[in-house]
Amino acid sequence: MIAQLDARTGSRRRRGSRTATVTIAAAIAMLAAVVLGVAIGSTWLPLGDVVRALLGIADRTQEFILLTFRLPRVVCAVLVGACLGLAGALTQTFSRNPLATPDILGVTSGAAVGAVATIVIGGGTYAVGSSLLGFGIPAVATVFGLATAAFVYGLSWRGGVDSYRLILTGIGVTATLTGLTSYLLLQAQITQAAAAAHWLTGSLSGVSWTSVWPVLVVLVVVTPIAAAQSSALEVSGLGDDLSVGLGVALHRHRLIVIACAVVLTSAAVSASGPVDFVAFVTPQLAARLARRGRPPLAASALLGASLVVVADLVGRAALPWEVPVGIVTAIVGAPYLLWLISRHRSQERTS
Amino acid sequence: MTDTRTPALEARDLTLAYEHAVVFEHLDLTIERGSVTTFVGSNGSGKSTLLKALARLLAPRAGSVLLDGEPLHGQSTRAIARRLAILPQKPLTPSATSVRDLVSRGRHPHQSLLRPWTTTDAAAVEAALAATGIAELADRDAASLSGGQLQRAWIALVLAQETPVVLLDEPTTFLDLSHQLDVLRLVRSMNAERGTTIVMVLHDLSLAARFSDRLVVLGQGRVLADGTPWHVLTPGVLREAFALDAMVIPDPATGTPLVVPHEPALRSI
Repeated sequence: MIAQLDARTGSRRRRGSRTATVTIAAAIAMLAAVVLGVAIGSTWLPLGDVVRALLGIADRTQEFILLTFRLPRVVCAVLVGACLGLAGALTQTFSRNPLATPDILGVTSGAAVGAVATIVIGGGTYAVGSSLLGFGIPAVATVFGLATAAFVYGLSWRGGVDSYRLILTGIGVTATLTGLTSYLLLQAQITQAAAAAHWLTGSLSGVSWTSVWPVLVVLVVVTPIAAAQSSALEVSGLGDDLSVGLGVALHRHRLIVIACAVVLTSAAVSASGPVDFVAFVTPQLAARLARRGRPPLAASALLGASLVVVADLVGRAALPWEVPVGIVTAIVGAPYLLWLISRHRSQERTS
Repeated sequence: MTDTRTPALEARDLTLAYEHAVVFEHLDLTIERGSVTTFVGSNGSGKSTLLKALARLLAPRAGSVLLDGEPLHGQSTRAIARRLAILPQKPLTPSATSVRDLVSRGRHPHQSLLRPWTTTDAAAVEAALAATGIAELADRDAASLSGGQLQRAWIALVLAQETPVVLLDEPTTFLDLSHQLDVLRLVRSMNAERGTTIVMVLHDLSLAARFSDRLVVLGQGRVLADGTPWHVLTPGVLREAFALDAMVIPDPATGTPLVVPHEPALRSI
C-alpha cells in the first residue's frame, strides 16, 4: 500500500524511481530473511518442507515446529521491525531531526516502567507471574506506553505542538521513567530482576501467535493512515509557515503522525520489549540508499522488518548461546550507521 | 467566479497580538485585485505580523480577514492554499532535494489521494522553472544553490502554486542589489502577465516605491500612511514612521520617488 503510494507520488521525479528500486530491493531482502529465518534453527526447515507443512502434508514434527515456534517468531520479527521502521521514519520526518526516534515520545520508557512493574510487583507470586508473562505484560506495557506518550504530548501542547518542545519534554519524561525503572530493578528479587532485564533488552524468545495478532492488527490499521500523510510530510520539511501556506493543516497532520508513531512503537514494544536502534537506523539507511532528504516510509518499514528478522536469526543461531534480538540490533545496527555516515562524508568531500 | 469588484483581500476590524503585546487594534485594510501593495515601516512596526495574519499564519485576536469576500477562518487551509500563496521569510531548504522537487511542492494544495500528480502539475512546475530562469538548475540539489538562485527557486515554488494572490515576506533580504532587482522584476512580471495580486513586505523604500502600485506605511500600531508611492513617501511621513530626516526626489531612472537621507554634521565619538 505505501509502496504504491511512494512510487506514485515519486513517479513524477527522477528520484522517485530510485526510491521504488530501493523499496523493491528491501522487500526482496525481507522475503529472503524470512525464508532463512524459518529454515534455520535446531531443525533445518528448507522452503520445500515449509510449503509442505503449510499444506498439511509434511510430517507432524516439522509441522509442529514450524507452526508453534518458527513461524510465529519470524512473523513477529517482521511485524515488530516494520512497526519500528515506519514509526522511526515518521518521527524523524515530522521532527526534522534524524536523531529523533519514537522513544523520545515517551512510549518506550513508559512501557518499560509498566512491564518491569508487572514483573517485579506482579511477579511476587510466581504462579501469577508466569501467566502475566503471556498476557499481562504486553497489556500493561501498552497502557503505560500510550499514557506516557499522551502525557508528553499534553505537556508540550501550547496552542499547538512544536517538535522541539516535544523532544525536550520527551527527554525529561524519559529520564524520570528510566530512573523509576532502575529503582524497581533494585527493589526486585534476583529472578525477577533477571526477567525484567531480559524484557528490557528486547527479545523474541517465547513469542507465540498471541503476541502476533495485536501487532498485525495495528500495522494493518495504521499503515494506510500513515501513508495518507506522506505528501504532507514532504511539504512540512519546508518549515511550519510554508507548510500551512501550501495547505497542510499542521496541527492535525502532526497529531496524526505522532499518534501513528506512538501506536506502532507501542505495539512493537509490547510484543518484544524495546528492540534498540531499529527505529533509528533503518529510516536513515532507507533515506541514504534512496538518496532522499527524508526517509521513504515503505522502504523504512521493509528494512526494519529485514533487520529484526536477521538480528533475531543471528541471536538464536549464530552463537552457541541465545542472544536477545535487541542486543544484536544495537551491536550490528549502530556501527553500520557510523560507517554510513563516515562514507557519506568522504563522498561529500570528494565530489 | 468571484465578483471582480470584491477586494482580493480585506482586513476587517483586525486586532493582532502576541501573548502579551498587542500589535494592531481595529485595523481595516483593503487590497485591490491585480495590484502590487507593499508594507513598509521601521523594525518592529508589525509589517510581517500583518502579512502573516492575511495569510492565516497568525490567528487574529479579534476581527477577520476576508479572501474574495469570504472569511479565512472556517475555510480549510488547503482550499485557501489554492487561492493564496505565501512565501515566508525563512523557509527551510530540505536536504537531498532537487530544485524541481522543491518547486513541485508548490502543487501540494492541488493534489489529494484521489487526485494524484498530473501533466497539469508537471506543466505548472516547468513553467515556473522557466519563468524564474532556473530551468537549467532544475536537477541540482537545492542546498547547493547560491542565495540569489535559491530565492528564485522559492519564488518558482510560489508561482507553481498558481494562486491569484501571492504574499511575500521580505523576499529580498540577504540579497545583493542586483539580485534584489531580479526578484522584484520577477514579482512585477508575475503581476503584469498573470494579473496576480501581490502583497509584500520590503525594507528598501526606494525599491518599494519603484515596484509597487501602493505603499502602506505601518507604525505605532496603525497605518500611518496609505496610497501611491508619491503620495506616501513625504518627508513628514518618513520622519514620523522612521525618525528619518530625508528628502524625496524623482528617481532619474524611473521617475518614482527616491528617498535620499540628509547627512547631519559628524559628531565626535
